[in-house]
Amino acid sequence: MSTLTVSVVTPEGPILEDSFDMVVCKAETGEIGILPKHIPLVAPLQISIARLKKAGDTRQVAISGGFMEVQPDKVTILAQSAETADHIDILRAKEAKERAEKRLQDKSDTIDRYRAELALKRAINRLEIANS
Amino acid sequence: MKSLASLRDLKGRIDSTKKTKQITGAMELVSASKMSKAEQNARGFVPYADKLQEVVSSIANSSTDAQHPMLIKREVKKTGYLIITSDRGLVGAYNSHILKSLVNNIEKKHSSKDEYTIIVIGRKGYDFCRKRGLPVSQSILGMPDHPTFADVKNLASEAVQMYADQEVDELHIIYNHYVSAISQVVTNKQLLPIADLGEQEAPASDYEFDPNQEEILEVLLPQYAESLIFGALLDGKASEHAASMTAMRSATDNANELIGDLELSYNRARQAAITQEITEIVGGVAALE
Repeated sequence: MSTLTVSVVTPEGPILEDSFDMVVCKAETGEIGILPKHIPLVAPLQISIARLKKAGDTRQVAISGGFMEVQPDKVTILAQSAETADHIDILRAKEAKERAEKRLQDKSDTIDRYRAELALKRAINRLEIANS
Repeated sequence: MKSLASLRDLKGRIDSTKKTKQITGAMELVSASKMSKAEQNARGFVPYADKLQEVVSSIANSSTDAQHPMLIKREVKKTGYLIITSDRGLVGAYNSHILKSLVNNIEKKHSSKDEYTIIVIGRKGYDFCRKRGLPVSQSILGMPDHPTFADVKNLASEAVQMYADQEVDELHIIYNHYVSAISQVVTNKQLLPIADLGEQEAPASDYEFDPNQEEILEVLLPQYAESLIFGALLDGKASEHAASMTAMRSATDNANELIGDLELSYNRARQAAITQEITEIVGGVAALE
């Protein structure tokens, strides 16, 4: 059975590169599952968890947006940051979450609201995968 | 040596020069190790940048209908300059090259301060602009030696936002490109609108786009521009450590030379003193006979 080479790349270097049977990501338009021999595709991703499956085993990677590029035998996820479960700094994610929540409660500032929401989403995303 | 300084003076100068030399020697080693780490960081970034560029150019080249403000030139009313300098001195001509290039650019292209704004990374550049009264719209001081993407993300996305909001109509970036440990070149690149996507061969695959090209460009281009800023920063940091290493090496060499000269005069003075003493003794004995 053919497999997919998946690489998760961030500005700080490749996070992960391995072959898997299936990749499930959350694109802007909804969840999308990629199997080998998929048609070439480019799709932006949400702040979400990518699930990489191999022989009944699932690895999870926290993705902070970015996009994915799919070729028949290869999937590249390009994100500004990405972590596998064992690389997540739980304390930092918790702090980030609290910080973002505090900022969101402060209603005086409208410009930073969008950014705070994104930060909150990223923090929750990280915590979810770290605790799973 | 024309004036024979006293022996003790010379000894003092030799000792202090030796101590300085130890410090510059240590700093050279520190910079060398920082440089190799910075080089490694810059290399780690390459796969990301390459892939991003590949996808951006394949979209931009393949479609005739997909357009995005970041790809279109517009009339330039205000130009933004992003300069990458160091926080500390002792880096030779690293900063002055960049600042000179900035000033040259400004003098050549602009007649009033309303026509440009500067975004600064690094204390040296910031101080320079403040002293000259140049308009600085944003700055980051105290950038770590090995910056992560998170360190520069805010500044990068705000710079890109300034372009999107039409606050500036062009964004240039000036930094030192790392060629090798002994050579760094000042580079002035136009960041926005994205001009040089490289007329590279579009990759063989014709992509499907989900949902469509416009919306992908919406996500992709800011990410691309921000990654270029980060890439320039990594490049600049590698250059900074290389420049610092070179500067410290030549300081160490100069100290060696100085110590050599001083030791020569010290020995001469010592020899002169001995000769004088012998002459005096011999003279004294002669007087007694």
